[in-house]
Amino acid sequence: MHELSIVLGIVDIAQSEFERSGATSIDSIELEIGEMSGVEPFAIEFAWPEATRNTVLENTEKIIEYIRGKAECLECKEQFELENLYDECPACKSYFKNIIKGKELRVKALTVS
Amino acid sequence: MCDTCGCGSTNKIIIQKPGQLQQNHEHEHDHTHALGHSHEHPHDHHHSHTDHSNKLNIETNILNQNDLLAERNRGFFLGRNIYAVNLVSSPGSGKTSLLEKTLKDLKNEIEFNIIEGDQQTFNDANRIDALGIPVVQINTGTGCHLDSDMVHKAMQQLDPPANSILMIENVGNLVCPSLFDLGENERIVIISVTEGDDKPIKYPDMFHGSQVCIINKIDLLPYVNFSVEKAKDYARKVNPDLIFFEVSATKGDGLNDWYEYLRSKMT
Repeated sequence: MHELSIVLGIVDIAQSEFERSGATSIDSIELEIGEMSGVEPFAIEFAWPEATRNTVLENTEKIIEYIRGKAECLECKEQFELENLYDECPACKSYFKNIIKGKELRVKALTVS
Repeated sequence: MCDTCGCGSTNKIIIQKPGQLQQNHEHEHDHTHALGHSHEHPHDHHHSHTDHSNKLNIETNILNQNDLLAERNRGFFLGRNIYAVNLVSSPGSGKTSLLEKTLKDLKNEIEFNIIEGDQQTFNDANRIDALGIPVVQINTGTGCHLDSDMVHKAMQQLDPPANSILMIENVGNLVCPSLFDLGENERIVIISVTEGDDKPIKYPDMFHGSQVCIINKIDLLPYVNFSVEKAKDYARKVNPDLIFFEVSATKGDGLNDWYEYLRSKMT
């Protein structure tokens, strides 16, 4: 259940930004989570209410953008969608690849008022 | 899984046998508030965005805090010329046995320090301590992984000397520790032949993030249905750069190559 740690990390980031902003509430928080990040959407949803209780995010709307995995083949430079870390290049069948998208775990923005 | 009540979760869990149609598992799930308190939620959860709202584009990595402290650990290792490894595996792969055997055989030529991570007990630290090797145990309680702050704090107690090897034995778990950089030089994943040979593609994140894969308990190969070549093929699909060692920590097979590898890190 590392997603609990992930949500607690999100709370910490929101808390310090919130204090700096001098606002009175956080209306919404935008998150970017890559599908290759090792974080399960259902576990985030599950951990969220408990981990944000009595914090600045307790009543905040959460907007999550899940980012699909994308890789570039190191052999032939083909770019392709990645569903699993062990997917091969569809063009040359190589397993050598750079993951260029899908590893994100980011707090993108806060809307405060 | 939920840290609070231990239940399985709500939407998107799939329960199915191979070949069956997918069934989504859903259930109502309400947590009571911790410490027995409860309160009404009079707030409007869908706030209207007034003229006063202000969007802050912060673009911050969620693991930022862990990664920063991991880099600090890495700098410490570099400054003292310490080769730090993060040993990861599922429970029961023989991490501690391999560690014990390695320490017994090499302690007279290489200086070792050990950090032991487990949810509970000092058993592993006691095993290492019996060999006269400096060790700090981290008990994570309900936590399923070590993080860079725990390692940082353990290191303050250990104070590992220059030109040594620091072995960090992570909590036995092939999932959660994969996300948490401890500042190690290399991550070493251990699997044993009593597990399935398709483990690398069942838990690809861990194999993707490791540099070395040790296949342990090879003395049991005649008795189990495990293909070393198949396991390696799967692992290479996830991570073509992986370096492999095939060993038996209890019988001693293949350990010389592993020891040579460790020696090469000390030159």
